[in-house]
Amino acid sequence: MDFTFTEEQAMMADVARELLAAKCDTATLRRQMAEDAVFDDARWQALSELGLQGILVPEEAGGLGLGGADLVQVAQACGAVCLPEPLVDLAGVVAPLLAECGASDALARVLEDGALIVLAHPLTPFVAFADKAKAAILCDDDGLRLVQRADLTLTAEPGIDPLRNLFSVSAEPGAGERIAGPDTAPALLARAAGRGALFAAAQMLGSAQACVDLGVAYAQERKQFGRPIGVNQAIKHHLATAQVKIEFARPVVHAAAVLEPDAGPQSRARISHARLAAAEAADLAARTAMQVHGAMGYSWEVDVHFHLKRTLALSSLWGTAEHHRKIIAARVFDGPLGPDQTFPQERHHHG
Amino acid sequence: MDLSYTPEQQAFRAEVRDWMRAHVPAEPPASFDGSLEGFEAHREWEKTLHEGGWGMVTWPKEYGGRDLDLIRWLIFEEEYYAAGAPLRVNQNGIFLLGPTMMEYGSDAQKARFLPPMARGDEIWAQAWSEPQAGSDLAAVRAKARREGDEYVLSGHKIWSSRAVNADWAFGLFRTDPESERHKGLSLILFPLDTPGLTRQPIAQINGETGFAELFLDEVRVPVENRLGEEGEGWAICMATAGFERGLMLRSPARFQVAAKQLVELYQAHADDCGPATRDAVLQAWMDADAYALSIYATASRLIAGGSIGAEASVNKIFWSEMDIALHRAAISILGARAELMPAAPGAGDVGDWLDGYLFSLAGPIYAGTNEIQRNIIAERMLGLPRK
Repeated sequence: MDFTFTEEQAMMADVARELLAAKCDTATLRRQMAEDAVFDDARWQALSELGLQGILVPEEAGGLGLGGADLVQVAQACGAVCLPEPLVDLAGVVAPLLAECGASDALARVLEDGALIVLAHPLTPFVAFADKAKAAILCDDDGLRLVQRADLTLTAEPGIDPLRNLFSVSAEPGAGERIAGPDTAPALLARAAGRGALFAAAQMLGSAQACVDLGVAYAQERKQFGRPIGVNQAIKHHLATAQVKIEFARPVVHAAAVLEPDAGPQSRARISHARLAAAEAADLAARTAMQVHGAMGYSWEVDVHFHLKRTLALSSLWGTAEHHRKIIAARVFDGPLGPDQTFPQERHHHG
Repeated sequence: MDLSYTPEQQAFRAEVRDWMRAHVPAEPPASFDGSLEGFEAHREWEKTLHEGGWGMVTWPKEYGGRDLDLIRWLIFEEEYYAAGAPLRVNQNGIFLLGPTMMEYGSDAQKARFLPPMARGDEIWAQAWSEPQAGSDLAAVRAKARREGDEYVLSGHKIWSSRAVNADWAFGLFRTDPESERHKGLSLILFPLDTPGLTRQPIAQINGETGFAELFLDEVRVPVENRLGEEGEGWAICMATAGFERGLMLRSPARFQVAAKQLVELYQAHADDCGPATRDAVLQAWMDADAYALSIYATASRLIAGGSIGAEASVNKIFWSEMDIALHRAAISILGARAELMPAAPGAGDVGDWLDGYLFSLAGPIYAGTNEIQRNIIAERMLGLPRK
């Protein structure tokens, strides 16, 4: 039993954080928004060169053969800066799905060329940056198919998050290459949904802390009645309450990261719990930061709204809150309870 | 990161489980705050625990412990609460004063006080608050006047848990009469059956006398009863408060067992409950689980050489609010019977939920109110300005 990250895991997250601090600061994002170019090819290239896409891909399939614990803090870092590019979806969901499907050619393009491949999952039908993808994985009654960009029909679906361009994705029946049949597809999609929910939770956790940090920085600096507003208990207590939510979402997200996404009811419930707790923390933190900023909090100029909108998006993907509560209900009402049941004995990684 | 138990940890769990199965009384003893009989029954349980070597598993062997790490402590607590073992009447001693004494006490003090504390021979109360010094603890007025080899204690302490029947108390006194606020305070140990000391029980909202007022009028204790240096009392108390709010006072197993009981209550009455109640039950289970995971993470970090800071305040806010929500969910399930005492003819399976609910309402108040905890989080963890 050791609930700490390894030095390698901490280092991987540090490297990602440094790169994002240099290439994904909000001044840059705002300039790119003004130029209608929030997907930054240079940033994507730099991120690709870190090799993060292969974290969850087994070594024999050309990946790093690591686990969720190796990616979860990277996903937090991406959430903390509202990264536009769908690195977390690619590394956390699409690459392991391609590996499970044995789609080795497509996987090689992701791992070696930095190609973006996207997934139109029934729980995430509006796909971010499908226009930048080389191919998409689509679901139909016969399973999963990989369709090349030229054969895709994209329909723009403008959304509230100014840093993610959304599309509906479709293709002619029979287009593309079948990568999973109707018998294996449901399990593959369930595992993808588990990973999607987990890494969405991690991004929201990162966003939540970024919001509290924004609120704290403003409360230290903004003066009213001749003193910083942060001396007032009303402000302090708002921010402390948000921090408490974060503190009790973080260990759930980290514990979920070591689990196989669909190993059994306990693992599924832990991931759903992580998703619910992180969404609550991120929502409260964003709204708290907004309130602490006063009128500025409702302005485009302050960064809080990027987080508010990203959380609104992430907490609506990979299943609604009720969807996840049902998964938890199945575990709580039918599974073993009690203090010796904290850690699922279902198959799991030793991340 | 490895979130599975080693074979040795699993064997340890089995050992604790077997011992608890053989020793936990089938009928739980009466509340230790309700009567002297209940208090003494809990003292007996402490002796039984100690004889089994389970009194305080993290303590060094020389003081009656097993020298185990915090992961084993968590496993022990899990089996302890799962077995329905009695609450710890000496919690002020073993969880608060004991760890503080190990850090700040002299060898002579450790040898004198820790073994009888571990055996339950001496049950401890805390004597910090005063009528004018609650959240503002630094406003302490009680004095300790030095006379030769003795301190002469005078003052008025209040809200002293267990003090009605306890044997000893550890109190905060002003040793420098010229001092103000945090300076000039010392932590002094004094027996509760000593001349010059009057105890006045205070009835709580559940009718029990879980705390007392202490009136000290020229109470004499030897200088050796001072813990730490003269004037160092504030710093030591803050360290103690860290233990209190931190890991030891409320181990996660307590809430996980309560959440399990809540789920069982819900399942027995599920047909009468709607989705709001279901969600409250699920939330209680999730919160207990999140608290357990958080403490495992903290324990792992401490084992790896880290230290505990403001997260003690974070924990205290979380478990106290969770405890209230958990009991409110139970009360909503019980419907009209919720107001009945367990002995009422129509009570059915109301159990101890009502009593537990009343007690949960004290959670955001004792051990430093949650408002004070939020100040601590804001100032020490987030870096917001004090003034």
